Amino acid sequence: MRFESPTTTKAAATLLASESGVAHVLAGGTDLLVRMKMGSIEPDLVVDIKRIESLRTLKVAAAGVQIGAAVPAVRLGESDKLRSLWPGVVEAANLIGSDQIQGRCTVVGNLCNASPAADSVPALIAAGAKALVVGPKGKRRVAVEKVVLGPGRTSLARDEFIEAVVLPARTGKSADAYLRFTPRTEMDIAVVSAAINLTLSRGIVQSAKVVLGAVAPTAVIVPAAAKALIGTKLDDAALDKMVAACRAACNPIDDKRGTIAYRTKVAGVMARRAALIAYERAGGSK
Amino acid sequence: MPYETDYTNQGFTKVGTRVNRPDGVDKVTGRAKYGADANAAGQLVGRVLRSPHAHALITKIDTSKAEKLPGVKAVLTGKDFPDLTGGNRGLMDILENCMARGRALYDGHAVAAVAAIDADTANKALKLIKVTYKQLPHVTDVDEAIKPSAPIIHDWVRTAGVTPAPTTASNVAQRSEFGHGDVDAGFAQADVIIEKSFKTEQTHQGYIEPHACLATLGPDGSGELWVTTQGHFTFRNVCASLLGLEVAKLKVTSSEIGGGFGGKTHVWTEPVALQLSRKANRPVKLVMSRDEVFRATGPTSSTSVDVKIGAKRNGKITAATAELRYQSGAFPGMWAMFGAMTSFACYDLKNVKSVGFDVLVNRPKVAAYRAPSAPMAAFAVESVVDMLAAEIGMDAVDFRIKNAAKKGTKASYGPVYGPIGIGPTLDAVKNHPHMKRKLGKNQGRGVACGFWFNFGGQTCTDLNIGVDGSVNLTVGTVDVGGSRASLALIAAEELGIDYEQVRVTIGDTNSLGHNDTTEGSRGTFSSGMATIFAARNAVEVLKQRAAATWDIPVEQVVWEAGEARAKGKQNNNLPPLSLKEIAAKSPRTGGPIAGHNEVVADGAGVSFASHMCDVEVDPETGATKILRYTVVQDAGKAIHPDYVEGQFQGGAAQGIGWALNEEYIYGDDGRLQNAGFLDYRIPVCSDLPFIDTQILEIPNPNHPYGVRGVGETSIVPPLAAIGNAVSNAVGVRMTHVPMSPPRILKAIEDGQA
Repeated sequence: MRFESPTTTKAAATLLASESGVAHVLAGGTDLLVRMKMGSIEPDLVVDIKRIESLRTLKVAAAGVQIGAAVPAVRLGESDKLRSLWPGVVEAANLIGSDQIQGRCTVVGNLCNASPAADSVPALIAAGAKALVVGPKGKRRVAVEKVVLGPGRTSLARDEFIEAVVLPARTGKSADAYLRFTPRTEMDIAVVSAAINLTLSRGIVQSAKVVLGAVAPTAVIVPAAAKALIGTKLDDAALDKMVAACRAACNPIDDKRGTIAYRTKVAGVMARRAALIAYERAGGSK
Repeated sequence: MPYETDYTNQGFTKVGTRVNRPDGVDKVTGRAKYGADANAAGQLVGRVLRSPHAHALITKIDTSKAEKLPGVKAVLTGKDFPDLTGGNRGLMDILENCMARGRALYDGHAVAAVAAIDADTANKALKLIKVTYKQLPHVTDVDEAIKPSAPIIHDWVRTAGVTPAPTTASNVAQRSEFGHGDVDAGFAQADVIIEKSFKTEQTHQGYIEPHACLATLGPDGSGELWVTTQGHFTFRNVCASLLGLEVAKLKVTSSEIGGGFGGKTHVWTEPVALQLSRKANRPVKLVMSRDEVFRATGPTSSTSVDVKIGAKRNGKITAATAELRYQSGAFPGMWAMFGAMTSFACYDLKNVKSVGFDVLVNRPKVAAYRAPSAPMAAFAVESVVDMLAAEIGMDAVDFRIKNAAKKGTKASYGPVYGPIGIGPTLDAVKNHPHMKRKLGKNQGRGVACGFWFNFGGQTCTDLNIGVDGSVNLTVGTVDVGGSRASLALIAAEELGIDYEQVRVTIGDTNSLGHNDTTEGSRGTFSSGMATIFAARNAVEVLKQRAAATWDIPVEQVVWEAGEARAKGKQNNNLPPLSLKEIAAKSPRTGGPIAGHNEVVADGAGVSFASHMCDVEVDPETGATKILRYTVVQDAGKAIHPDYVEGQFQGGAAQGIGWALNEEYIYGDDGRLQNAGFLDYRIPVCSDLPFIDTQILEIPNPNHPYGVRGVGETSIVPPLAAIGNAVSNAVGVRMTHVPMSPPRILKAIEDGQA
């Protein structure tokens, strides 16, 4: 196995493009190294992107946020400004694994690992995040929800990687929230999760995005659930309607982590609770 | 062996203090050497190929390609283990479990092994071994396995304990019955009868350190084994029997142990590593992966239990029965028997009957797990006890107090109890501040009792006094829970010296006589007893040396406060001689000073505990949070109270994990789906509250200090205590452990329907 640490995105893309065997990109390594140790993958080439300076930067402004692919999750939580702009994205990233894991893992890595249960992905999608994709032919910008195709599968070409995710400008009274259900308090993986992003005007929801995790092969955007919230102050009827829409959108599997019935039921519970948190964070009061 | 000790006035100066542990610095600095920390020049890496099938005939194993791979030094299959068991079926079960013999009996069953120059080569070699399987029907559920339609695991098994002896094969390996009185007459007298069925899923001990060993075995039949184990003497004996060695020629050294809880009482890969070494004529290091630990070591039984208890309106139990079905994996065990023996041991019952069925399934061979089999029986019995108390409108603690066993009670499993602690633990629960905490919304409280036998066993100990007066105590019981600190305290107490003057070493198998495995909570009980006797023998030598020094008869010498004192007016001119002074003179007064003892430490005192816990259940997700947890247990005498409390807390923590989330999950294909710590959920720190403890000391009359084993009983009540608490919180009786969030939510919904 070859291990390379390029210092430019171009060099990294060239390395990936010229490898004929199995190549993997290494950022935090909290998924990749585990899979290698378990013997489930045997790469011929590992490209460590942490030496690329631009990928280690975290830019936070009301006009937009850029999270480099080599920025560990812990740095998101250390930014007061990011926490106040995107509390849901931060809380999602700061639920991954454990403190030690968060010292290494990245949200881009979490996205590219393409697990249906990834914590940061529903929050990124709810936030309207875009991924900046680099390849030998240049760069392209793609909505985060277009990156993951299914468990372990992404839309990235084999010579492409993501250099950063960007979050849009924040306007008005807006806030997001992320909740997941796990049997353990930490060191666990979401059985079901919900991310909600709201913008209010005079306490009334103007725009909303509702995204569920771990209830389908990919994170699920639920427009009907968002619609149920828009124009309301999150009264019980609106919440009930949203919960029903969430449950209708669930397409989970029965597995060792939860049953179809359980995931479907708790998806609604998480969404309801997350909506109320986002609403309160955005300045709404009930 | 009754001791005429006045336990109320023992005047200990060392025993009962909370000294620093002797192994602490080594463990926090990384100097302590565990199973995988030993290396030898020229060592090979051993790896095991395991069956992906729950049940399959192995029609062919082609190892030729693996053998030709450069760097591969040995390849083994079942054929490389000739049958040396002399018809001993138990030994053959161990051998067959270590390496399949023509049939894979569970997912993870070893079918071949390699030794190679490095891990990469060994892994490549495993992939080159071609095994041809013919899959057979399998069964993994204990209730399914006893149905007539179930595939038979072993055609040679006839249910033992049944008359007349059956003539056809069965998956029920053994039936065991205990009890006394007339249960039918007892139920006829009852005003209220509760009958309920329960299930518990299979759990693993979850020790953090995987099994690991370094094996060397030469063509001359002499060898060495460095291994993480709870019983290196037992490992030596078993490996020697399986491989045709003389026990004296196989030196086994126990490493530091990163948890065992019963799971390291049995050999798994050790005979394989030795055989690989013999074939390659090189040392072989074999370390299991976590996946292998889950799939192919010895978890505890999954169970299915029916309990029926009847009582008068005044709260007196009139009769109790239990039928307990415990799966023992792919080989017979004694687990249902232990379940049947322990199920009603807390109570004073006139009419009682418990019947255990040991059931074979296509799962790994079950091993001991901390008070093996007792927690599941207690879950069922203590749940019904709670329901019965509620039904007759009596406080659940008062109900237990009214029926608690006491001195003179004939135990449901046979013996008549001496002084025991079940009543006092329940009184302590009743008076504990925990019981006065006000419960909030969605909260519930549960109480449960537990019992464990404890064990003594063969023990052999040496105490050697150095020329500088420092003391080396060599014991043969592996320190799994702090016994080195406790034994040093005991030696210091007997000799009258400082704790820091004593160093305790776990001797290898060639430095001491046989010691039974550290199991049955015997470490401090049995080695403590042997240490007391060895120290007293050394004191006799010290007195003789002092007498010789003074030139007076030894009868005039007494040992007090760490020094020899000459008694009598004629000796007033003789100043005392300290242990140090006598030791310094020892080269000229007869040589080294030592004490030795070998003993079968009979009379391990039975142990009881009562636990209480408060929980809060999220009614929308079924998640349970343990708000408060308190353990009350009889220790007989707490030699080192920190360690005793640690044992109480550790058992409760493991019980909490078992009660709420831990379980082996098998697919329809009979394969284990969660062989790792992500989906086999032992609790993390933030899942647990501070676990409060209260030590009671009701002396065990069979031990010079009154010690009882304390390690295991603490895992017996938690399943039931949490089951009762959750049931009280959600208003529905929980009957299936673990009470995972999906199970609780479903129970709530079914209860509302």
